[in-house]
Amino acid sequence: MSKTYYDPADLKKFGKITEWNEELGTKFFDYYRKVFEDGALSAREKSLIALAVAHVVKCPYCIDAYTKDGLERGITKEEMMEAVHAGAAIESGATLVHGVQMMKKYDKLSM
Amino acid sequence: MLKKSLKQRQNPLSSSKHQLNVLANGIFKNGELPSFKTNLEKNNLFPLKPNPIEILQINLGYMCNQVCAHCHVDAGPDRKEIMTKKTMQHCLDAVKKSNIHTLDLTGGAPEMNPNFRWFVEEAHKIGVQDFIVRSNLTIIMANKKYHDLPEFFKNHNIHVISSMPHWTKGKTDKQRGDGVFNLSIEALKKLNKIGYGLKNSNLKLDLVYNPSGAFLPTNQNSLELDFKKVLYDDFGIEFHNLFAITNLPISRFLDYLLASENYEDYMYALVEAFNPKAVENVMCKNTISVGWDGHLYDCDFNQMLNLKLKGPAEHIKDFDEVLLKERSIQISQHCYGCTAGAGSSCQGSVV
Repeated sequence: MSKTYYDPADLKKFGKITEWNEELGTKFFDYYRKVFEDGALSAREKSLIALAVAHVVKCPYCIDAYTKDGLERGITKEEMMEAVHAGAAIESGATLVHGVQMMKKYDKLSM
Repeated sequence: MLKKSLKQRQNPLSSSKHQLNVLANGIFKNGELPSFKTNLEKNNLFPLKPNPIEILQINLGYMCNQVCAHCHVDAGPDRKEIMTKKTMQHCLDAVKKSNIHTLDLTGGAPEMNPNFRWFVEEAHKIGVQDFIVRSNLTIIMANKKYHDLPEFFKNHNIHVISSMPHWTKGKTDKQRGDGVFNLSIEALKKLNKIGYGLKNSNLKLDLVYNPSGAFLPTNQNSLELDFKKVLYDDFGIEFHNLFAITNLPISRFLDYLLASENYEDYMYALVEAFNPKAVENVMCKNTISVGWDGHLYDCDFNQMLNLKLKGPAEHIKDFDEVLLKERSIQISQHCYGCTAGAGSSCQGSVV
């Protein structure tokens, strides 16, 4: 058994999830491919969004995949790091905005 | 930053035999990945047969003013292999008696061959349709004796193809050496100034993009748009086409892949992206590569792996396009580099 939960080699096997449920697996990968095509947003812009989300959901496979994807697209490290900060800002904002709930509750409970 | 070739450093990978061993063993030996031959057989493409020869790619020698980290030639200032005038004459004779319409001079830095200008002048007289010189750009700035190269190219209607791994200084210099980006920009400005690369100009200037690391190039057209926009906006530089070329796992790039522990993932990526449609248009189908010593190869990469062309005419002095058409192309796992995705050739994508 692997000594860690995450094995980088598993990313290459992602497609295998279809083997245990062909219909849903195929639908997912078709959807996935379509999402990242050029559309109203360019594939390049979507790659940076995916990189930011990869960090927010803390998916090591996705971080590997979209760092490589960015390199292939000629995206610079400065652009990549700004995308990560955009994700981090939303994530920390999401935490901090709950502070309003805390303040309201505090005030409500206080005399 | 690299200063010496693998050969000069006596690195085992300077031996083509050692490289072929690496490519034949490991993940390809234990069946984890199919060999290139197996994949061709599966798609009824084995043996790989050539089309009529259209392009003669001539390697004028391995000497170069740069020591690029990814170089498949292992070129550098310490390499002494140089094509002689006699072999050049054999090349000219071959072009005269064949239907070859494109001459493609490469190296090393082909301009460093002492008979380079003589050869260009003689070849120009034959009047091939497309006469390419693969110039690394910095050579134009390297030494006073090369400063007039743009004019020389123009006078002989040379189609200039130059490497430019990225539009940023950091990435370019990391792959090609400190200072290469600024010198390349200066050289491109000089070429633009005399008409090269300008819209509607017959003086062709194309750029070559190689990924600067263990990843494959993305869509050639979108890269071309990015390069054109940034080079024009930041430096006022224009060029015609961008060719995206995949780095093949040989020589210095193989050394880098192994040392950085990226070799297996890179080979997986190449095999996964294998595209039978790209096989139909790979450059070995219509190109013959001539080594500095006159030996013939199916491509420049096979030349570096010393995979000599097999057939009745194995040296440029015996060149015979009819006999050469009968040969089968020599292959190994490095060929996956030319058949991944949209394919890769010295003229970029092939699909």
